[in-house]
Amino acid sequence: MQLILEKRAQASSIMNLWSPVLAIFLTIVMGGLIFAMMGKPPLTALYLYFIDPLTSWWSIEEVLVKAGPLVLIGVGLAVCFKANVWNIGAEGQLTIGALMGAMVPVLWGEWQSPLALLAMLCLGALGGALFGLIPAWLKTRFGVNEILTSLMLVYIAQLLLDWVVRGPWKDPQGYNFPKSVSFEGWHLLPIWGDGRMHAGLLISLLAAVLLFWIMRHTLKGFEIKVVGSAPRAGAFAGFSHTKMVWFCFALSGGLAGLAGLIELAGPIGQLQPNISPSYGFTAIIVAFLGRLNPLGVIFAGILLAISYIGGEGIQIELGISSKITQMFQGMLLFFILMCDTLILYRLKWISTKPNQHSAGYI
Amino acid sequence: MSPYEAILLTIITASTPLLLAAIGELVVERSGVLNLGIEGMMVMGAVCGFAAAHVTGSAWLGVITATFAGIATSLLFGLLTQTLMTNQVATGLAITLLGLGLSGLIGSGFVGLPGVKLANVAIPWLSDLPYVGRLLFGQDPLVYVSISLTVGVAYVLNHTRMGLVIRAVGQNHASAHALGYRVVAVRYACIAFGGATSGLAGAYLSLVYTPQWIENMTAGRGWIALALVVFSTWLPARLAAGAYLFGGVWILGLYAQGMGVGIPSQLLSSLPYIATILALVIISTNRRLSLINTPASLGKGFVPDR
Repeated sequence: MQLILEKRAQASSIMNLWSPVLAIFLTIVMGGLIFAMMGKPPLTALYLYFIDPLTSWWSIEEVLVKAGPLVLIGVGLAVCFKANVWNIGAEGQLTIGALMGAMVPVLWGEWQSPLALLAMLCLGALGGALFGLIPAWLKTRFGVNEILTSLMLVYIAQLLLDWVVRGPWKDPQGYNFPKSVSFEGWHLLPIWGDGRMHAGLLISLLAAVLLFWIMRHTLKGFEIKVVGSAPRAGAFAGFSHTKMVWFCFALSGGLAGLAGLIELAGPIGQLQPNISPSYGFTAIIVAFLGRLNPLGVIFAGILLAISYIGGEGIQIELGISSKITQMFQGMLLFFILMCDTLILYRLKWISTKPNQHSAGYI
Repeated sequence: MSPYEAILLTIITASTPLLLAAIGELVVERSGVLNLGIEGMMVMGAVCGFAAAHVTGSAWLGVITATFAGIATSLLFGLLTQTLMTNQVATGLAITLLGLGLSGLIGSGFVGLPGVKLANVAIPWLSDLPYVGRLLFGQDPLVYVSISLTVGVAYVLNHTRMGLVIRAVGQNHASAHALGYRVVAVRYACIAFGGATSGLAGAYLSLVYTPQWIENMTAGRGWIALALVVFSTWLPARLAAGAYLFGGVWILGLYAQGMGVGIPSQLLSSLPYIATILALVIISTNRRLSLINTPASLGKGFVPDR
């Protein structure tokens, strides 16, 4: 007997929904094994990691605040990946968006009005979109692989941010710390609750719902799906691949830039060398776990936000390195890809005995 | 030692990890598989190599452990892309994310501990020759390994039956299968080879370049190695030239920083990344050059008919 994969006649829509659930289950089982191998009580560790963040209002707020940027970047990437455009440099677009948006408080600090905040949001999105268009231009003009260029640009963006906060934009009254001036008044997003929930979360939610509608009910959404799944058919239908690459990078870059600015004008409140715990890379996992569906991305974003908070929790409670977060996230993406095989294939046992009917052939 | 010797030596040290990682990926891509997980395999090699060397006190055991760590990580990639037919781009990214996380977890106990440096080769008389002694006969052993691997890969790919099979599988897997070659097995073997050299490249970083463990110490070198393979148009000789060119750019930035020229250090640090993009643009502009050797089945999965 041998276990083989047999191609399904058509993609299984049931497995499309169950595959992420199975992937999460496998991640939890594997995580428990790893905790046990590290000599930590597996059940306690898993409880602290996945359940504890949801047991107090304080940490639920914290989860939502972390989910905000993940969802905002994740929906953009979901559209990109759906169109078979590989933007993996969202982290860089986030950085440049934050830098551009920070121009307002740093350079025109006296300008205090709701318009200033609006200008910051627009500049953030614009910065991310323009930075995202670099790999798009290189791909469509010169045929350069967008995966490599968008990733290289992440390093360049982070070094640029580093230079800006240590050089020209350093707060003159900041005791030489690598930080810009603190944002004040209309340079910060409106907040509610005990001060950590901010208006950026609404923007994330809005973006997800809007993109869901676009993907489902507009010609553009149809075009994205066709170009992604059947490029030749897309070309015959008159859809331009070049325009699609530009659209995807501008959209996902813009949303990533907006997410970066929201992080600055929300939880962080000033420009500093580290503005994101790899949100741009984690959002790749969010997009896949969310089935490249903007509404699915909301749930996936919340789950991965829990992984951040849970990671911090067990670091404090059990003394495990916070690197466990990144490992859990990588493992999750791994299991999702594995389980997604079951959408197109089914497992089947076959007999390894020589087939007697075929004995006459050859 | 004259200053020119010192500069050349550091350039070779900076280039070797790139060459090691890239030569393996070249073989992987020649067999039609795109493994974007080099960064993850490299960083796993770096941490496992460091840990083994630190615990046992033997740098060579570190090198061997790193090689196997690279192979193990690459086989995960093989399992997913070759057996479970997952998307190669996404799986490569998953390997990188997993590798960075797992290496951080394994390495969290090794941060700041003293490392074991792999000793340089010393051949009596030859290594002491003026001007060329250190350069030709006094490097660390992995430099010679990287050069032999490059020559070996060039020979195997172009002059042996095995190389012909690898190229056939990469060019047209359906035809190769029809001729009776075991496409998936060949690809598994190439992926494992790529994992081994990436593991070695990681070991080079944590046992030679800076003999200690620093989180994310690969700093994008795995991605630069991927770009190098494209830049080389899948030719080993051009790959070696590219690797040394990039090592040169890397060292140029470091030297300029050391001499305190009036350029922000961040700009100099970003030189290798900017150079990578420029190199990709230059090579991609020349369509003939870049298309002539591109394996036709690159990145496509293969399911044999039953």
